[in-house]
Amino acid sequence: MGTLSEISKHIIAGDASSVPSLTQQAVSEGLPARDILQEGLLSGMAVIGEKFKSHEIFLPDVLMAARAMQAGMDELRPLLITEDVPSLGKVVLGTVRGDLHDIGKNLVSIMLKGAGFEVIDLGNDVSPESFVDTALENEAPVVAMSALLTTTMPVMGEVTDLIRQRGLEEKLKTIVGGAPLSDDAARQMGANAYAYDAASAVDRIRELISSE
Amino acid sequence: MRPQLRFLENSLIEKIVGEARVILKELGVTLHNDRVLSMLSDHGARVDKGTKQVYFTDSVIDLALSTVPNSFKLYDVLGKETHDFSSGKVHFTPGSAAMNGLEFESGKARPPVTDDYVSYVKLVNQLENIASQSTALIPSDVHQEMADSYRLYLSLLFGEKPTVTGAFTIAGFDVMRDLQLAVRGGVDELKKKPLTVFSCCPTAPLKWSDVTSQNAIDCAQLSIPVELISMPLSGFVAPVTLVGSLVQHTAETLSGVVILQLANPGTPVLYGGSPAIFDVRYETTPMGAIETMMVDCAYAEIGRHLGMPTQAYIGLSDAKLLDAQAGLESSMGATLAALTGINNVSGPGMLDFESCFSLEKLVVDNEICGMTLRMLEGIQPKEDFPSLPRFEELLSEKHLLISEHTRRYLREEHYFPGKTIDRAQRSRWLEEGGLTLCERANQEVRRMEKAYEPSRLEDTAKQELRNRMESEAHRLGMDRLPETSLV
Repeated sequence: MGTLSEISKHIIAGDASSVPSLTQQAVSEGLPARDILQEGLLSGMAVIGEKFKSHEIFLPDVLMAARAMQAGMDELRPLLITEDVPSLGKVVLGTVRGDLHDIGKNLVSIMLKGAGFEVIDLGNDVSPESFVDTALENEAPVVAMSALLTTTMPVMGEVTDLIRQRGLEEKLKTIVGGAPLSDDAARQMGANAYAYDAASAVDRIRELISSE
Repeated sequence: MRPQLRFLENSLIEKIVGEARVILKELGVTLHNDRVLSMLSDHGARVDKGTKQVYFTDSVIDLALSTVPNSFKLYDVLGKETHDFSSGKVHFTPGSAAMNGLEFESGKARPPVTDDYVSYVKLVNQLENIASQSTALIPSDVHQEMADSYRLYLSLLFGEKPTVTGAFTIAGFDVMRDLQLAVRGGVDELKKKPLTVFSCCPTAPLKWSDVTSQNAIDCAQLSIPVELISMPLSGFVAPVTLVGSLVQHTAETLSGVVILQLANPGTPVLYGGSPAIFDVRYETTPMGAIETMMVDCAYAEIGRHLGMPTQAYIGLSDAKLLDAQAGLESSMGATLAALTGINNVSGPGMLDFESCFSLEKLVVDNEICGMTLRMLEGIQPKEDFPSLPRFEELLSEKHLLISEHTRRYLREEHYFPGKTIDRAQRSRWLEEGGLTLCERANQEVRRMEKAYEPSRLEDTAKQELRNRMESEAHRLGMDRLPETSLV
């Protein structure tokens, strides 16, 4: 338990340099990878999430913690596969076709990885077909789309249409975000969820995956 | 560079002070206190005891100006320094002596009781941008002869910050003196570490009552700091022009400086006031009027020119509720006061011509004060030059959110207001209840009520405070203090 709480403590401190060696130490102590993930890495991130929501810490602190979490995950990933620990979930992420604004999308990517999700980041100017095909190829249950422009926002509707046309509504959920979006806009274009910021995107995606 | 505002050229300040001296010499002031009249007479002022008129001389004014301190400090109940009234340092304190408190639930103004006052003290104790308490409410559930000292008693018992206050009667001062001695332990300790600032108010035009002038010299004897609160009303009991009102304010305030310095040279003074224009449509004295604020800032410039730290009742509002008018008047006043460098800014929490206090408004004003104090820090380079490495980092990392530079300076460069100030996306705001400013402020009031921790003042001192207040209550025919039911 000592090493796991140390991992958690260093995650909270955003100390990416110590987390990998502490993770190795936990492995060498014979602790199961699942426990190292849940009780070390993720439990630290859970504290970070709460502190962020209560404004005790700010976004840079969250991102530092996420970076430390990533460093730990790099050590742990091979073991998670060996021990057959399922990933929290895969998310296909991108800024929609015609839109080159990726600052918000990149923030979502960091936050998702920090929360333990596997992210397939398609970058910007992503076509509807590319979103759907990539999700199918990687067995990702969620497509997350970002747009900054009102003119590119309708592309999100094209993605949800494509999912319906291919009969994938049960298998593939969508979430949208970006400055021109709102709950209403998301509903109108047939998206399953809307997130107003990167932190809430993590919560909504967690809900989408757990509701499967 | 610190941002600074000025309304008056030095030549105009000198002209105004010169005119005020002429008023004091030729017309004098009416002063209804024989002891003070004798003291002034002993120092060469011409006194007509029949008409109670005193005519000042240049030499007595110059003598006072030569002994008045250009700065002083305040200390909390634990003896820790909290205020440095020097060189344009700005501190905020709540507005004072409201006859009503605004009930959040009903939106009605009603006379406050002990419970309301204690809630107020608990709140002030936790508001980081409000540097001191003031005796902001007049409790209605005690004998009115002890309403002044009872406020101070509750402040010293439940709060730790120093207190801006004032006595309503001559006898009231004695109790308030004893309460301070109970906290400090003795006269020398109190003189060394002042715990309060007493407001002493001349009456417009050019008058001093028996009570206020006696309060002034009583404070002086103990070196208790005094803020002089001259209140010319432009167009009514003062000239309609702002310059004319400033001449009157200067004359009245200088007369107070003379009284205090002759009574005890070196008595700390805040060159203060609560002037207002007179609104001839409503027959009211708007504290939120821009001209009122301009006079405040201008007399503070005069006070600083004369070598004294300054005070003003500014940053309050005439609105009856915590509405947009309350916000605009309060923030305009706080900003102007800070840019002028007024040392003690009295106003937060106050509505309705200084007659109604709102806890929710105090929470909102605390944020106004926080933003204003940040503004005073100005714009200064912090490892910004050379710029090239920072921009290379930005282009390579695509953001600077976790840059060392960001993490080092984020909390210094950006002021983060509490939850009262809405900066959420609309969806998040809706998700969190879609609350109005007043509702969010009320949530903070309730949160802080629960989070309050008792004052760390020693129990023996608390008991001495109780003994003194109870004895005063018994003298006035009260069996017990309402406060005891709260402990």
